Amino acid sequence: MEPIVSKLIVDLLGAAAVAGIVWFFWFSKPKGVAAAAGASGLQEALIVVKGGYHPDVIVVKAGKPVRLNFLRRETSACSEMVLFPDFDKSATLPTDETVPIEFTPTKPGEYGFQCQMGMLRGKLLVE
Amino acid sequence: MPETEATAVLTDPVCGMEVDAGQARRLSYDGREVFFCSEQCEAKFRADPSRYLKAKPTRPPKHPLSATSGVRPDQKGVQRIQLSIVGMHCPKCPPAIEKALLETPGIASARVNPGTERATIDYDPAQIDLAGIAAVIKRGGFSMGVATERIGLKNLFCDSCVQVSEKALKRTPGVLDARVNPTAAEVTVDYVPSETSLDAIRAAIKSAGYDPAETGTDEPVDREQKQREQEYRSLMLKFWVSLAISVPVILFSYPPLFGLTGLVPPGSSVQRLVWAGMGVLTLPILLWAGSQFFVGAWGALRNHSANMQTLIAMGISAAWLYSTVVVLAPSVFPAGTAADVFYDVTAVVTALVLLGLALELRAKTRTNEALRKLIGLQAKTARVIRDGQEVEIPVEEVLVDEVIVVRPGEKIPVDGEVTEGSSAVDESMVTGESIPVEKHPGDEVIGATINGTGLLRFRATKVGKDTMLSQIIRMVREAQSSKAPIQRVVDSVAAYFVPAVLILAILGFMIWFTWGPPPAVVYALIVFVTVLIIACPCALGLATPTSLIVGVGKGAENGILIKNGQALETAQKLDAIVLDKTGTITVGKPSLTDVIASGEFSEEEVLSFAASVEQASEHPLATAIVEGARERSLSLKEPTDFNALPGRGVEATIAGHQVLLGNLKLMEERAVPLGDLSKQAETLAEEGKTPMYVALDGQPAGIVAVADTLKEDSVAAIRGLKSLGLEVVMITGDNRHTAEAIGRKVGIDRVLAEVLPEDKAHQVQMLQLEGKMVVMVGDGINDAPALAQADIGMAIGTGTDVAIEASDITLVRGSLRSVATAIELSKATMRNIRQNLFGAFIYNSLGLPIAAGVLYPFFGILLSPIIAAAAMAASSVTVVSNANRLRGWRPRATEGG
Repeated sequence: MEPIVSKLIVDLLGAAAVAGIVWFFWFSKPKGVAAAAGASGLQEALIVVKGGYHPDVIVVKAGKPVRLNFLRRETSACSEMVLFPDFDKSATLPTDETVPIEFTPTKPGEYGFQCQMGMLRGKLLVE
Repeated sequence: MPETEATAVLTDPVCGMEVDAGQARRLSYDGREVFFCSEQCEAKFRADPSRYLKAKPTRPPKHPLSATSGVRPDQKGVQRIQLSIVGMHCPKCPPAIEKALLETPGIASARVNPGTERATIDYDPAQIDLAGIAAVIKRGGFSMGVATERIGLKNLFCDSCVQVSEKALKRTPGVLDARVNPTAAEVTVDYVPSETSLDAIRAAIKSAGYDPAETGTDEPVDREQKQREQEYRSLMLKFWVSLAISVPVILFSYPPLFGLTGLVPPGSSVQRLVWAGMGVLTLPILLWAGSQFFVGAWGALRNHSANMQTLIAMGISAAWLYSTVVVLAPSVFPAGTAADVFYDVTAVVTALVLLGLALELRAKTRTNEALRKLIGLQAKTARVIRDGQEVEIPVEEVLVDEVIVVRPGEKIPVDGEVTEGSSAVDESMVTGESIPVEKHPGDEVIGATINGTGLLRFRATKVGKDTMLSQIIRMVREAQSSKAPIQRVVDSVAAYFVPAVLILAILGFMIWFTWGPPPAVVYALIVFVTVLIIACPCALGLATPTSLIVGVGKGAENGILIKNGQALETAQKLDAIVLDKTGTITVGKPSLTDVIASGEFSEEEVLSFAASVEQASEHPLATAIVEGARERSLSLKEPTDFNALPGRGVEATIAGHQVLLGNLKLMEERAVPLGDLSKQAETLAEEGKTPMYVALDGQPAGIVAVADTLKEDSVAAIRGLKSLGLEVVMITGDNRHTAEAIGRKVGIDRVLAEVLPEDKAHQVQMLQLEGKMVVMVGDGINDAPALAQADIGMAIGTGTDVAIEASDITLVRGSLRSVATAIELSKATMRNIRQNLFGAFIYNSLGLPIAAGVLYPFFGILLSPIIAAAAMAASSVTVVSNANRLRGWRPRATEGG
C-alpha cells in the first residue's frame, strides 16, 4: 500500500470517528423511560447503577409522588452516592441493595441527578 | 421475679411462652416443676438448666414493649401519632380520610395536612391500635407509608416460640404486622417509620427474649466504610498482581536497558515469541484487573456518555490490540514500522491507575472523619429510674419524660432538662465550646455531652432521631451531598470533557500519522494512548464535593451547621452583617447591673428591700432583681400587702416598713423627694438600663437598675467581624438613645433603632438595595422573616428545628464569635475548592497538549503513556489530599477573643 493512500484512509477514518463521537455523545440522546404509576398514584422506577444509571432518563408526571429505586450493581466508589440537588435529596447506595428515594416533583421541567462527582448523570423529566 | 413461680400462669423458661399446664411438657428440676412448650425447649433446658433459670428474672417485665414509641406505657388515655399517607392527590382526599377516621370508634380527632401528606391522629390505644387505623386508611383507598424489614432471629428454638415473638412485635407501637418464618429463622416486620425505628424493633425483639441478628442493620456510614475497605482491598490486590506481571513485561519491553539484547535479538523469531508471551501475560491484566474500566465504559456508552473509565479502557486496549496485531500479523505494517510492542503500557498504566484509585479511596475515607466522629458520639446505654430503681438500658429504649441519672464523668445519653443536681457539662463535642457549661435544675442538657463532676438527674425531652445530635448528623449529611453553585461550571464542562478528549486523541493520531516522523504509526499510537490516559476528569469532578465534605464536617466540629453548599459559598462574599441586639449581642434576658444607695441606707439594704418586694412578682425585671440579691447572698424577707401598680411599679410591706419600688411617676404620685437620685437615674437610662427607685416609708432609699447585659465576648467578636472587612450593623426595637449607647459600647457605628419586629426584614432589604450581600444574625425565632430575607441567615445559640429551618447557617453556640468562625470557614473552604479547581483545570489544559506532542517539534519531548498514567493518578490523589488539608483548619477569630 502506498503510504499516501494509507494516510488518506487513516485520516478519513479519523474524521468519521470524530463526527461519530460528536453525534453519539452530543446529538443523539436516548429516549426516556416512563415511571410506572401504581394504583395509588405512586410513580415507581428501578434504576440500576453500573457504570451509569440505567435507565438514565426517567419521565414522570408532576404533582404525583415519585419513588426511584436505585440498585447499585458495582463496587466502584464513584457511584456510592446519588444526588438530586434540585430536591435536596441524596442517598448512599450500598452494593446490591435497593435504596428508594421518594419525593414529589411539583413543577414540570428537567431535573438532573448524578453521582457525587458528577461523572454519572441521569435526568428526571417532569411533565 | 420469684413470685411468678407461685402464680397459675406457667412460662416456658426457654422461649418465654405461656403454656397450659395440662398440655405442657413438665420436668422436675431442683425440687420444682418446670414446664415447656415443646420437646426442643425441653432439650435446650436439659442441656443447660442454670442458664434459663437464672436468665428469666432479668427480663424487664413492665416496660419492654413500649421501648419503641417514646411514650410511657403508664401514660394512659389518648395518644397522638403522625402518619404519612401515600396516594393523596386530589383536593377532596384529606376530608375523605378525615371523615373515615373520625367515624371509627376510638379515634378522637384526625387532621390531614395535604401539604406534608401527613395525618395527625389522636386515638385511644385501648379501643383501636395502629393496625386498625391502617385498615381504615386502606379502606378509604389510601395507604400509609409503611416499611418492611426482615430481621434474622438467632435463638428461635421451637415453632411455638413464633407466636410469642409475633405477639410481642405486634404489641409494639408503630408495628403493623409481624410474621415469623421459623425455617428461615427470621421475622418480617411491617412498620411505620415515622412511629418507630428498626433499632427500636430490634430492642423490642430483644426484650421479648430473642436475639436479633446483626446483619444488615449497621449504621450506613459503617457499611459505607466496610464497602470502601473491601473496594480498597480489591483494588490493591489487582494493583499488586498487575505490578507483578509488569516487572517481566518491562524487562522484555526494553531489552537494551536491562542488558537483555543478547537474549532477544531485534527482529528475531525469539523476539516475536517473547512478545507473544508478553501478550498472553498482560491478558489477565486487561480482562481481570482492568475489567472495571470496561464495565464502567460500557455502562456509560449505553447512556451515550463517557467517563474516566471510557478513556482508560480505550487507552489500555488500544495499546494491547496494536501490539497483538504486530505479533500476529506484522505484514499489515510497512516494513520497519512494526518495530515495537506496547504491552508494558497496558500493564503499567492499569497498575498505576488502580493504585491511584486505591489511594484516592483511602484519602476520600478520611474526608468524612467529622461525620463519623459525630455518629460515634451517641451514647450506648442510659441509666433510667423505673419503678423507683436505677436500671441500665440501651439508649434506644429511653422514653420521653423518663428520669435519667448521670454520674460524674458519664455521657449524657439523650436531650433533656435537669431536675436535680448541678454539674459542669463538657459540650465541646456538640457546640465546639471548650469551656464546660454549668447546669442547674431547669437547664437543658444535650445528649452525647459529658457530665463533669456532679451527679445529675434529668427528664428526657427528646429521644431517638429527635435528639439534637441526630438532627446535626442529618443536617451534616444533607449539606455534604448538596451542591455548591461553583460546581455548575464544572458540571457544564464535564458533559463535554471526555468526548472532547476522545476527539483530541483521534486528531492527534491523525496528525502524527500523516505528518509525523517515522515510524509514524508508533508515534501516532503513543500520542493517542497518552492523550487518553493523561486526561483526568476525576480531578475536576472531585474538586468541589471533597472540599465541601471536609468543610461542612469541620463546621459541625465547631458547632456551625451549614445548610448546604450554596450557603457555604455565599458566606464568603458578604459585605454587611446585621446583628439583632437582643439575644445576639446581649444575653437576651435582664439582669441586675447597678445598686445606688441614698442617705443612711447601704447598698445591701436597698437591694434587699427591692428584692423582698419583687419576690412576689413574676415580671422578668423582678426576677432579675431577686436573682441579683441571691447572687450577693442577701437574705430576703416575706412581703405582705403586695400590690402591683400597672405602669408604675409595686408596693408591699416588709418587716413593718412600707416599701415602694417603681418609676418616676410612682415617686411623684407618692411625693417622694428624689433629690439628685433622679439625675443618677437619668444617667443609667442613657446607658440603656432600666432604673427603678426604692422608697422606704415615703423616704428615698436608692435605685436598682437592670439591663439586658452584653454577652461576655460580644465586643471581641464584633472587632473580629470588622477585621474580616464586614460592615457591622445593629438592629433593635430600643429607642435611638439607648441603642446608640449600646452600639458605642460594643463598637458598632451603624445602629438601626426603633425597628418593629415585623420591619426587620424590610431593613435588611434596604441594606441589600445598597448593593450589599447581607448576613443577618438572630435567634431564629422572632426574626425568621429577616433571616430569610438576608443573603445568609444565621440563627445563633440554638439547635432547634425551627431555627435550623429558618436559617442557612445555625450556630449551636451562643457566642457571636461563631459568626466570624463560620465566615472564616466558608472562606477557607472556598479557597480550597478554588485551589482544587484551578489545579485540575491547569493540569488538564497543560497535560493534554503536551501529551498530544506540541512540545515535540520544539524540544523533541513526547510523553510516555506510563508517565501520563502516573500523572493522572497523582492528580486526583492530590485533589483529595488538598481537601484533606482543610481538616487541619482552626478558627482564628475565636483564638484571640
